[in-house]
Amino acid sequence: MTGARRDSCDVAVIGAGMAGMATALFAAERGLSCIQVGNPGGILFASGLLDLFGVHPVAERRLWRSPYAAIAALAREQSDHPLARIDASSIRTAFEIFVAALGAAGLRYAPLGDRNRSVLTSIGTIKTTFGVPLSMVAGVDALEARPPCLLVDFRGLREFNARQIAESLGHRWPDLRHRRIEFPGTEAAPELYAAHLARALESRQTRERTIALVKPLLGDALAVGFPAVLGLARASEVHAAFEAGLEMPVFEIPTMPTSVPGLRLLGALETAVSARGVRRRHQASVRALAFDREAGTAALDVEGVPGVERVVARAVVLATGRFTGRGLTADRGQVRESILGIPVLQPASREAWHQRDFLDPSGHAVNRAGLAIDDAWRPLDADGKPVWPRLFAVGSILAHQDWMRSKCGSGLAISTAWAAMEQVARQLRGTGAG
Amino acid sequence: MNFPSIIQTQVLIIGGGVTGTALARDLALRGVDCILVEKDDINAGASGRNHGLLHSGARYAAGDRAAAMECRAEGAILKRMAAQTIQDTGGYFVAVQGDDERYIADFSSHCERSGISTRAVEVAAARALEPALSERAIAVFEVPDASIDPFRLSLENMAHARSLGARLMRRSRVVGFAREGRQIRAVRVRSGAEEVRIEAAQVVNAAGAWAREVALLAGAPFGMTYSKGTLLVTHTRLARRVVNRLRPPSNADIMMPGGTVSIVGTTSTRVDALDDMHPTAAEVDLIVEEAARMLPALATMRFIRAYAGVRPLVAAPGVADGRTVSRGYALFDHEDHGLDNFATITGGKLTTCRLMAERAADLVCRRLGVTRPCLTATMPLPVAAECEWTEPGRSPRMWMRSHGLEDTLLCECEMVSGSAVDAIYDALRSAGDTPTLTDIGLRSRVGKGACQGAFCAVRTVAHLYQRGDFQARRGIDEILDFFGERWRGQRAVLWGEQLAQAELMEALHCGVFGEELRGEESRAAPDADPAGEVSP
Repeated sequence: MTGARRDSCDVAVIGAGMAGMATALFAAERGLSCIQVGNPGGILFASGLLDLFGVHPVAERRLWRSPYAAIAALAREQSDHPLARIDASSIRTAFEIFVAALGAAGLRYAPLGDRNRSVLTSIGTIKTTFGVPLSMVAGVDALEARPPCLLVDFRGLREFNARQIAESLGHRWPDLRHRRIEFPGTEAAPELYAAHLARALESRQTRERTIALVKPLLGDALAVGFPAVLGLARASEVHAAFEAGLEMPVFEIPTMPTSVPGLRLLGALETAVSARGVRRRHQASVRALAFDREAGTAALDVEGVPGVERVVARAVVLATGRFTGRGLTADRGQVRESILGIPVLQPASREAWHQRDFLDPSGHAVNRAGLAIDDAWRPLDADGKPVWPRLFAVGSILAHQDWMRSKCGSGLAISTAWAAMEQVARQLRGTGAG
Repeated sequence: MNFPSIIQTQVLIIGGGVTGTALARDLALRGVDCILVEKDDINAGASGRNHGLLHSGARYAAGDRAAAMECRAEGAILKRMAAQTIQDTGGYFVAVQGDDERYIADFSSHCERSGISTRAVEVAAARALEPALSERAIAVFEVPDASIDPFRLSLENMAHARSLGARLMRRSRVVGFAREGRQIRAVRVRSGAEEVRIEAAQVVNAAGAWAREVALLAGAPFGMTYSKGTLLVTHTRLARRVVNRLRPPSNADIMMPGGTVSIVGTTSTRVDALDDMHPTAAEVDLIVEEAARMLPALATMRFIRAYAGVRPLVAAPGVADGRTVSRGYALFDHEDHGLDNFATITGGKLTTCRLMAERAADLVCRRLGVTRPCLTATMPLPVAAECEWTEPGRSPRMWMRSHGLEDTLLCECEMVSGSAVDAIYDALRSAGDTPTLTDIGLRSRVGKGACQGAFCAVRTVAHLYQRGDFQARRGIDEILDFFGERWRGQRAVLWGEQLAQAELMEALHCGVFGEELRGEESRAAPDADPAGEVSP
């Protein structure tokens, strides 16, 4: 490693999805120096909605209005679930800090409260979620009261069809109407892309032309819904301008990822962690990770555009995700943890990984595979001992959870990041820092 | 209770696979009125679950000379008569170290005796043309194998038959026969909640693997065994030509190029039941490991699908292995069963489907007193516009040529445009059908690319809502049915990249949109129990 660049920190966070970002944020909030390695592109697939915990038990498809009551039930029935290990006040604190950081970075959420909310989606389903961006809140209210309401779509935006949503919900919301308009300035384009529209609407002129097209279509509507394209970095301003121009509540409907709310979330998280001094290696990956048990440090070989960098850290957090995040990889024989080969709890054979029916209410066993941890969020080796005293794991790589079916993706990421960071801070204090 | 409506025709064909559809065209060309009833959709059985190989006959030359000669003759006819469904790729037979030297030595003379031309190719020269071949290859012969699109073949046979007056009833299952003496007076057919009686002068059972069950309903039992075969679809195409293992027929000895992918298989397992046919992890592993001996890249290749079909084999008592039972076809006139207007045509191969239809049509016409000759060996199959969309690479060409403002691209993996979906939908609709997303998938490349429908299914449904074709909550049901159908082929090949792709699909459709909770949303209504859990 002669000649290689070197850097050091209290905590190295591997991974830049929701869990990695939350971990870096919470590390910085605790005053720990932090280097974060990983590409944050996965956040583009987020919806912008922050689920906490919605469905339990998965096999019964039981939806909960209070995520905290649901987690309490989970803790009684399934104590090895990562969320069952965290008390409600920690979860509340984690979410408040996380959402406040997003707000300060320009992405504002409605006050969290302690109830799940119902949100209309572009597919025509009603999604149970927890944290809702301000730009979508009027939609939650409208879905509750079901007043006369207009949904607008743009010709060429292929994943969003207002008629589809109105048809899908017509049985319970008869006054839901739909109209299609040409997005100003795109009359010659057969396909439109949400991010381009969002950027275009940051221009006042395009915004005003759009509002002028919608205004005559309002009829008796008391609220208007649009695909989530109302601005990118300046979304609050765009949303406010639509409400002022149309003189009624305006809401965005989450669309098929990769979506504009995902872009906004990515931008806000990058701003938030960078502003707190997190050193980001976002075009890099960890090629090797080794522990110096005598010195009590970990050495990461971080491979990026300028070459390989040696990062020495006093603690390491794995937030590398599952298969799409590359934290787990699978061949025909078994599932492996990608960086260290940490044992993965998994079904006995590949035949048992997936159900024969995609929608089997129980979900797929491979989605509950993952790392086993101790009470301090440290992954365990084959002997059931921590792999290294200050190696931690957070987020979806953890075993015993199915975030896709439980609707707890963000909840798992944010809450486990918070809980693990408490342990990190405690461990580092024990070694004279923090 | 309503009395069932009665439909009359000269010939009722049961089964919409390659044989039934070829028979419909054959009869229609002879001026015979016919109705084809199919319990599911075109090529839902083995006709749609095979390699898509137009056999040169070389595969059978050593063991079954009659079958080899039939394949040679029929392959040549189809190459001329149904050229639009065939890619004349040519094929190699390849032996690797350890394969039976005797079989290799005798191969070309066996082929010659069946009239099949072969040409020995230097291994180095073959590997230069097909770099995917193993460096352990020891012998290579070139044969006139080709690739055929069985969906397009059946769709075009049926489209031509319909243009000549034949009728198609999809999702219509035969539930009973009304016999009178030596005649079947009527066949009871159930379509959804409705039952119709079809009165036909002649009834032909072309139900493939289900032929035994249909014949039993008619009181005409015969023995049949079922051999399950699993095949894999690769993510990228591996070779230009068909590659066969040069050894006696065994597992995983054929690799077919098909458009942008390759198809590898098969296995052969005796099964007793026809339902719930799904590929297993063990079958997939067997194919990967065995075929990799011929094409080593398969060991690390990404696969996007697996599917399993059932070969209907007319039983020879005491034979245990499905592979050694004749792959020849069987035509029963059922006169021994006391029936004069019932026939069964089953068994056989994709390559010989035209001949099977000709033989069955000859029998039916003799019984009907129709003397017009078979025309399918001499009259080319017309191209039907709505049937062209199964061809890989065709959609992007058409889209580039006529990309109008109103014609958006719905599938980006396979480049399927809105106008392609419109053409398919409208053709089904004009025949009185209610097309589903799965029907569109069968007739196009929608859902066949790497995303397996995660994105294009959503866009296609949005498109159909915009046209006013879908109403109410149908879209979500259609998407989930479509995913369910795609999933059957995915689950056995989910490791590596494709596992990540499947996880992404579930993350979007379950994680983000909660589609698996359809119908449960009302339980999360705002007026629910404030104490916490949403009351049912």
